[in-house]
Amino acid sequence: MRAIISDHLHLEGALLPILHALQNACGRIPQEATPLIADALNISKAEVHGVISFYHDFREVPAGRHVVKICRAEACQAVGGNALAEAALARLGVEWHGTTGNGAVTLEPVYCLGLCACGPAAMVDGKVHGRVDEVRMAKLLAEAGA
Amino acid sequence: MKIYVPMDSAAKALGADDVAAAIIAEAASRGLEIELIRNGTRGMIWLEPLVEIDRGAGRVGYGPVLPADVPALLDGTLKGLGRVEQIPFFARQTRLTFARCGVTDPLNLDDYQAHGGLAGLRRAAGLSSTEIVEEVTQSGLRGRGGAGFPTGIKWNTVRQAEADQKYIVCNADEGDSGTFADRVIMEGDPFCLIEGMAIAGLGVGATKGYIYLRSEYPDAIRVMQEAVRIARANGVLGADVLGAGRAFDMEIRVGAGAYVCGEETSLLNSLEGKRGVVRAKPPLPALQGFLGKPTVVNNVISLATVPVILEKGAQHYADFGLGRSRGTIPVQIAGNVKHGGLFETAFGMPLGELVLDIAGGTASGRPVKAVQVGGPLGAYMPLERFDTPFGYEEFDGAGGLIGHAGMVVFDDSADMLQMARFAMEFCAVESCGKCTPCRIGAVRGVETIDRIAAGDPGAIPLLTDLCETMTDGSLCALGGFTPYPVMSALTHFPEDFATAKEAAE
Ligand SMILES: Cc1cc2nc3c(=O)[nH]c(=O)nc-3n(C[C@H](O)[C@H](O)[C@H](O)COP(=O)(O)O)c2cc1C
Ligand code: SF4
Ligand code: FES
Repeated sequence: MRAIISDHLHLEGALLPILHALQNACGRIPQEATPLIADALNISKAEVHGVISFYHDFREVPAGRHVVKICRAEACQAVGGNALAEAALARLGVEWHGTTGNGAVTLEPVYCLGLCACGPAAMVDGKVHGRVDEVRMAKLLAEAGA
Repeated sequence: MKIYVPMDSAAKALGADDVAAAIIAEAASRGLEIELIRNGTRGMIWLEPLVEIDRGAGRVGYGPVLPADVPALLDGTLKGLGRVEQIPFFARQTRLTFARCGVTDPLNLDDYQAHGGLAGLRRAAGLSSTEIVEEVTQSGLRGRGGAGFPTGIKWNTVRQAEADQKYIVCNADEGDSGTFADRVIMEGDPFCLIEGMAIAGLGVGATKGYIYLRSEYPDAIRVMQEAVRIARANGVLGADVLGAGRAFDMEIRVGAGAYVCGEETSLLNSLEGKRGVVRAKPPLPALQGFLGKPTVVNNVISLATVPVILEKGAQHYADFGLGRSRGTIPVQIAGNVKHGGLFETAFGMPLGELVLDIAGGTASGRPVKAVQVGGPLGAYMPLERFDTPFGYEEFDGAGGLIGHAGMVVFDDSADMLQMARFAMEFCAVESCGKCTPCRIGAVRGVETIDRIAAGDPGAIPLLTDLCETMTDGSLCALGGFTPYPVMSALTHFPEDFATAKEAAE
C-alpha cells in the first residue's frame, strides 16, 4: 500500500489517483489505508474519509467477484430499462449495491454509460453490453456465476 | 482489401469484437489477405456493428453484422447498405468536429494527418496568443458542455491573467443521460481533442492540461491514454510542441462516479483531490481555477472543435448556424428511436424534423409523447414545441435548453409523473449537499410527487412552490434546473398527474 501511495505523490491532486490505484489492487479501499494516505498527503484522516465517502465509485467493503452495472437513466428507461433492472434485482434477490449470497455478483446502478442509442445498457466488469433484454441479462448473470 | 470494424464502445456493446474476431478467423481459413482496421463509429448506432469494406472503389457498408454473417460478407453476397457516405442519415450531416470520426484509425497519427489533422495546431504555432484567441472568438463557438458561454471570451480572460502557471482542463465527465458525443470523439478521434487542448494552451499561455474523464467510460480512458502517449512520443505534446518552441503536455484523470463533478468548480475540487463540492463564483475558474491558478475549463466538444476552426478559419465555421448559435452541433439521438446515433448538423434544424424525420420516430412504432433535450436537467418537450429550431436562444424561448445536445425520445407509454419523480430522485442522489433547497428539496420533491400519485391534488401547488424554491435558492444548475424536467412534465402532461385521482373517484 505504501508503494502505491508513494508512486503517486508527484502528481498534482494525487488523492483520487491513489484511491483508484488502491481499489484496483485491493478491490476496495482498506481502512488501514486512510492514516497512511493522510500522512503522505499531509491532510487529516477525516478529510481522506470525506473524499472516499463522497464518491460512488469507492468502496470500503469488497464487491462480489463480478460487478454488474445496469443503467437507470432516462434514455434506457425509454426502452424498458426499469423492467430489466427490476427483473435482475428479483432474480438475484438483492437490493441495489447488494451482493449475491455466493459472493459472485454485486449489482450496481449506473446513471448512463454513453450507450443511450442502444439501451438498455449494462456493464459487466468494465465490458459494455447494449440492447440488453431479460434473456441476455439472465445469460450475463449466469456467466458471472450468480 | 481493407475492412473496417468500429472499436467504439456502442459498437462493442452490440458485438463488434466478436465480428472482428470472426472476420480474422474466416479470412485466415480462406487464405484471404485483408487489412482489418478498428475505426471509430460513423455515429449510426442502429446499424452497429457497421462493417465497411473497401475493395478499391470506396467504402461499402454492411450492418448490423452478426458473426454468422461473416462468410457471406467475405463472399460479397451479404446485402449491403451501399456507400456509407450516401446513407441518408450520414449524407444529411455537416461534419466539421466529427469529420474524421469513423473514417480514420483513431490511434494512427499518420492517418490523422492525412485527413487534415494537426493543420490547425501548425497554424496556431505560427500565430500569437492574441491571434489564436481572436480566431476562436470570431468563430462564434460557444461552450458545448451546457451553458453555451462564448469560448473565445473565456480564453481571453485566462490569456490576460498574470500567473506563473495556467491550466487547460477538459471536462469529459459527460454524465447527462442521452449524451455520448464526448465519448464517441474520444474513442474515435482522440488526437482531435489533444490538438484542441494544445491550441488552447498556446492561446492562453498554459503549459499543462488535464482531461477529467468519467470512470464509466473505460474504453475512452484506454484510447485517450494511448493517444496521449503517442502524441508525446511524436512531439505533438511536450517541451517543444511541433517544434514551435512552446511547451504543452497533459494527463488523463479518472472521475469517481459523481454526476455533480461535471459542474466545473466541483470538477476542479475533485481534480485537486477533494470532495466534489461546488464552489461559489466568483472567483471565476478563469482567474482562480485548478490549484488557484487561471484555468480554462471547456467541454470535450468545445475543445475538439477548435482544430477545424483554426484549420479552415473562423469565418468558415461561423457561416454555419442560426442567430447567435454559430457552427454545428452534434445532436445525440437516443432513447426510443428507430435511428439512434450522432447527427452533426448546423444549428437551426427544428426539433420535430430531428425526431420524426432524422430519427425516424420511435423504435416501438408507437406515437412520440415527449422528448427530453439537454440531459437530466433539461425540459420535456411536447409535440406542440416541435417547431423549435435547434439553437440556444430558440430553446430558451420555448422553455427548454439544449445543454449538451442529447435528445431522449419517449413513446406514449411513458408516464411523465414517474419521469418527474425520477428527476427529483436523481437530484437527491447526486446533490453535492451544499445547499438546502437541493439537498432536502429534492427528497421532499420525491415525497410530494408520490402524494400526487396517491391521489392528493393538493400536493400539486406544493410541488410548484418547491420547484420555485429550488430554482431561486440553488448554487448550481443541479438543484437550479431540476425543476425544468419536473415542471415541464407537469405543465405539458397534466393528465399523467391526474390519473390516480381520477381512478380513485
Ligand atoms: C450538475 C452539472 C453537471 C455538469 N456536467 C457537465 C459535463 O458532464 N460536461 C461538461 O462539459 N459540462 C458540464 N456542466 C457544465 C460545466 O459546469 C461548465 O459549464 C462547462 O464544463 C464549461 O465548458 P464549455 O464552456 O466548453 O461548455 C455541468 C454543469 C452542472 C451544473
Ligand atoms: S444546487 Fe445542489 S449540487 Fe448544486 S451546489 Fe447546491 S447542493 Fe450542490
Ligand atoms: S441512459 Fe443508459 S446508457 Fe445513457
